[in-house]
Amino acid sequence: MGHCHGKSNGLPSSPEQCAATGPRMWRSLEELAGDEALIKSIEGEFPSAIEQLTDLASRREFLRVMGASLALAGLSGCIRQPEEKIIPYARAPEQIVPGKPLYYATAMTHGGAGIGLLVESHMGRPVKVEGNPLHPAVPEIMRAANERAPASQMRFGATDAITQASVLSLYDPDRSQTVLRSGQIDTWESFFTQLRHQLEHFDATRGRGLRLLTETVVSPTLADQIQQLLAKYPAAAWHQYEAINDDNALLGARMAFGADVSPTYDFAKAEVILSLDDDFLGDGPMHLVYARQYAERRRQAAEGRMNRLYVVETSRTPTGAAADHRLPAGEHELISLLVAVARGLKLDLPETSLPAVQQPWVDAIVDDLGKARGRSIVLVGRNQPAFVHALADNLNAVLGNIGQTVSFRRPAAARVEVQQDSMRELARAMGAGEVEALIVLGGNPAYNAPADTKFADSLNKVRFSVHLSEYADETSALCTWHIPQSHYLESWGDTRAADGTVSIIQPLISPLYESKTAHDVVAALMGNPDAASHDIVFEYWRRQHEAAKTAGAFDAVWQKTLHDGAGAKTAAPVKNVSIANNLAAVLTVALVREAGANQSTNVQLVFRPDPSLWDGRYANNGWLQELPKPFTKLTWDNAALVGPDFASEQKISTGDVIELKANGIAIEIAAFVVPGHPSQTITLHLGHGRERAGRIGNRVGVDVYPLRASTGNWFAPIESIRNTGRSYTFATTQHHHLLEGRELVVAGTLDQLQANPDRPAFMHVGEEANPRDSLFPIWKQDGYQWGMVVDQSSCTGCNACVVACQAENNVPVVGRDEVLRGREMHWLRIDNYYDGEPSNPATYHQPMLCMHCEKAPCEIVCPVAATTHSAEGLNEMTYNRCVGTRYCSNNCPYKVRRFNFFDFNAELRHNPTMQLRPNPDVTVRSRGVMEKCTYCVQRINKARIESEKDGRSIRDGEVVTACQAACATEALTFGNLNDRSSAVAKSAASKLNYPVLGELNTRPRTTYLAVVKNPHPLLAKATDHGVS
Amino acid sequence: MPQIFHPSMNTISRVTIFGAVFIVGALGWVAYAVVRSPYVTNAGVITQQPVPFSHKHHVSECGIDCRYCHTSVESSSFAGIPPTQTCMNCHSELWVQSSMLEPVRASFRTNKPLEWNRVHDLPDFVYFDHSIHIQKGVSCAECHGDVNQMPLTYRASPLQMEWCLNCHFHPETRVGSRDAVFGSRSDTEPRMANDSQTDWAAKYHVKSKTNCSVCHR
Repeated sequence: MGHCHGKSNGLPSSPEQCAATGPRMWRSLEELAGDEALIKSIEGEFPSAIEQLTDLASRREFLRVMGASLALAGLSGCIRQPEEKIIPYARAPEQIVPGKPLYYATAMTHGGAGIGLLVESHMGRPVKVEGNPLHPAVPEIMRAANERAPASQMRFGATDAITQASVLSLYDPDRSQTVLRSGQIDTWESFFTQLRHQLEHFDATRGRGLRLLTETVVSPTLADQIQQLLAKYPAAAWHQYEAINDDNALLGARMAFGADVSPTYDFAKAEVILSLDDDFLGDGPMHLVYARQYAERRRQAAEGRMNRLYVVETSRTPTGAAADHRLPAGEHELISLLVAVARGLKLDLPETSLPAVQQPWVDAIVDDLGKARGRSIVLVGRNQPAFVHALADNLNAVLGNIGQTVSFRRPAAARVEVQQDSMRELARAMGAGEVEALIVLGGNPAYNAPADTKFADSLNKVRFSVHLSEYADETSALCTWHIPQSHYLESWGDTRAADGTVSIIQPLISPLYESKTAHDVVAALMGNPDAASHDIVFEYWRRQHEAAKTAGAFDAVWQKTLHDGAGAKTAAPVKNVSIANNLAAVLTVALVREAGANQSTNVQLVFRPDPSLWDGRYANNGWLQELPKPFTKLTWDNAALVGPDFASEQKISTGDVIELKANGIAIEIAAFVVPGHPSQTITLHLGHGRERAGRIGNRVGVDVYPLRASTGNWFAPIESIRNTGRSYTFATTQHHHLLEGRELVVAGTLDQLQANPDRPAFMHVGEEANPRDSLFPIWKQDGYQWGMVVDQSSCTGCNACVVACQAENNVPVVGRDEVLRGREMHWLRIDNYYDGEPSNPATYHQPMLCMHCEKAPCEIVCPVAATTHSAEGLNEMTYNRCVGTRYCSNNCPYKVRRFNFFDFNAELRHNPTMQLRPNPDVTVRSRGVMEKCTYCVQRINKARIESEKDGRSIRDGEVVTACQAACATEALTFGNLNDRSSAVAKSAASKLNYPVLGELNTRPRTTYLAVVKNPHPLLAKATDHGVS
Repeated sequence: MPQIFHPSMNTISRVTIFGAVFIVGALGWVAYAVVRSPYVTNAGVITQQPVPFSHKHHVSECGIDCRYCHTSVESSSFAGIPPTQTCMNCHSELWVQSSMLEPVRASFRTNKPLEWNRVHDLPDFVYFDHSIHIQKGVSCAECHGDVNQMPLTYRASPLQMEWCLNCHFHPETRVGSRDAVFGSRSDTEPRMANDSQTDWAAKYHVKSKTNCSVCHR
């Protein structure tokens, strides 16, 4: 342990103290403090694996399993091959060629907007999701290379972790499979008989007492159907509610412009960005495009076009970690800072109190924004109150950004409304007994409606309630009828992107169960239970086409829209907006009220969507549950995230169960101390503690919705906080795979780079090793030589690559207990490194995957040559040879090899639904073999075969690894290092390129680009932001 | 001094010494032979099928090209097993009363596929691609034997890794003109091994590919 820790177990007082004793970077507070217990527990490669032998019950289990595996290992060599069937079609469908995947364009609606996807289908089974680069919310991968390639070459776009994981939900055996009436199995026909009964009653009353509750409807067809329903029953009402909504931004826009508009940004033009709690790189309907535009400007350091990002935030987000200057703040402090900036830019606002230490911040931001008029963006997160949004809108107007970097359009939602109000009104009506029938299309309001609406209690007063959802969840349990909802990969439908572009959702597979879409249910409400979703959507657009009198046959337009995945010219026009005359007065009033309300400096709870589970709807997805969350690397759990200063003040440490009281309700949740978390707030992630999510998601983590009220529902002042004295063990992967405190992330500043572009001062990693100074064989370097470069400046730590790798390579889910033992199977992980004071350290993300070393330490220790070096530079792992000694993993300095301690994939083989999921191009590994990143060798082989059939060599951009294809910021580049013109060769030749642990002379194929930050000269020294 | 060893020990020791060399050797040879025997590899063993399909009749006597049924052999990893539709293209006119063909007609009527028993079955961790082998001039007969002479189909080759590597180490001995790929072995015999007319391997850029990940991934 050559670690940076002082003599005592206390935190070091300054980074300089660290610098004096060794490497300055650290990965967790325990590591920084040199916690003996932690170090002991992680010194072994797989922590606490031995505990199974001491616990009697599990020891017996262990011996049983080991006995069985030994017996099988001995036998497997002698068994004759089993007889297998080969089953052709009776009548072959068009287009399907066995062995060749097909890609279909479709779209997924998430968070109130659509995202365009290309889904890979093998013999009718969707197995992998990629982005559709023709969709406005999806940036294209390897665009420069693709433009040189012939049109026949497939082009892909980026995706995020949630869309990547959506394919697993399709095959989830816990999905609802049948209509339920009060929990008993029933049929669609019987439901419709009952429904008709109700409708006859409503025919007489014009629909009084009929209420419809949906999530944000962005489907034009569904909106049209609902309008028809409301026309038929004029006294009925339609409500929309999602727990994570953009109410504040909408109210802010109404305040600022007097119009229902929502902003879209152009980060490609932005030189200075000020984000107040907006995680625009990781969240929101356009975040993939924003992340790309942001990262592209980031990489233009040499051209002098590098942008600068300021983030003030009340929690910890990937955007904050990417910032050049990040300020953790409480809500009040954040507003004061924005007001000070606005006053600095000559806006007429009342003065607010600002801590003196933040004055340099304000000066720097005012200086930068003032110099970048029309080339800057001020943006505010959805959790900030409406007037902060209005103030940011005002600032953008004053800076001349509107029309340049910020444009306003009609929101994508078919009916724009304040969802909190809508939900409150519905709950009131239900409580008052005014609602006779409630039709809930999607969503899970019994779980996630604001606590004070008492939605779940009121639901019992509704005589006839129907819930359409993918799972028989908390809301279904309280409704008279539950209708299973089709997954988007089984449904016909349509959706709009945030800019209004229409995509048709087309199914990749027939519904696996007796499920229905929202279109089917609304059609049934109109008295037509047998309508097909396809016909409803098709007819709607045919009518639109005829009404618009557009030239050309509709069939051709329909086919093209289906094929492209995005309707041509369907984006909403940019609206001209102007600041309302009374805005200054309105803002002043709001600010005075805010200052009054925030006199007490109580710590506040901050509610955030879970980075993986969102509002809880993805709780039964094993990939997302096991995905290590940014900063905490927490799996299978949520926690109360607290700042280090607050923690030491309150004597709380990670794992302490604390009792939090807010809104008169107390919950118990374990605390997690996160470096850089503000000390004025406690972050709680929504979406955990589900009771009826399914076998994966039930009772994972703690449900924090009970603390959330319908007013100001992103923050809640805590009434009390108490340490219960009990402790809890988190399944966090932050400490796994200890790297012995070596210097792994290299970071510097733009100034340092410009001062010496050929050899920046911070590029001093390791000694130049002579490739011949080695006992390892020298490999020939002809033909293709694959390699990867990871740009750490671009990586936002969003986890899309981790799930993409899991989906592509059939990487299993192991469960919380096994994660606690360090047995997670992810081939690709994202390590966090911190630099500087724990209260606000610089944070770096480092994607870590197999380095494919030229002099691979794993290869020489394998007794059976199961891991070998290929002529193209791959470090190959041959599962059928592996006998499971794990020597390779012991000898790997990067800790990227994973061992199948159990048959984690058993379900993939034995569960009839799960059997459909795996990628057929990759072996499903069994117990007892080592595995690791292969550089997606199946994709390399495919490209090699196709190129040789065409008699050419593989083009740059033709092989795209799964992680690379998912990455919105193009932080990962892969290709042939021998081709000097390839993107990867250019990156590898960059002055910022370095190998991790280069001093070991492993000569890795995966190399890294140093982080370059762009601090403001005024702040470069004043802050403790680590970029020394 | 009494004898320590009983006289029978002479015999036992001879047998042991002999055995150490010959019996263990013989056991080794038996194991070697068994794993390569048709019992394990199924090579040369006729597989029973729901319909006794004769490649000999259809290929040699009727003259149907391989690709009429195995349509994707040139484009995909999988050569393709014909749908019942393909059988019925002819058998809706020919042998329409034959009882042997009843399963085929039944499949077409009920839209339920025929379930054939796999003849050539590689382990699941082996990824073989037909299209590239065809493209590089490896004839069908090279692996599948003289299918056109088989009244009932059997596996002609052991399909073990050793057998694959024989060719992957020295592909130049097994490749020939692409024009003759779909011919029978006897048609293409001259182009093999000692054909000095053309260096097909050089012409088609055939290289020895023996990295593990070529087949295992």
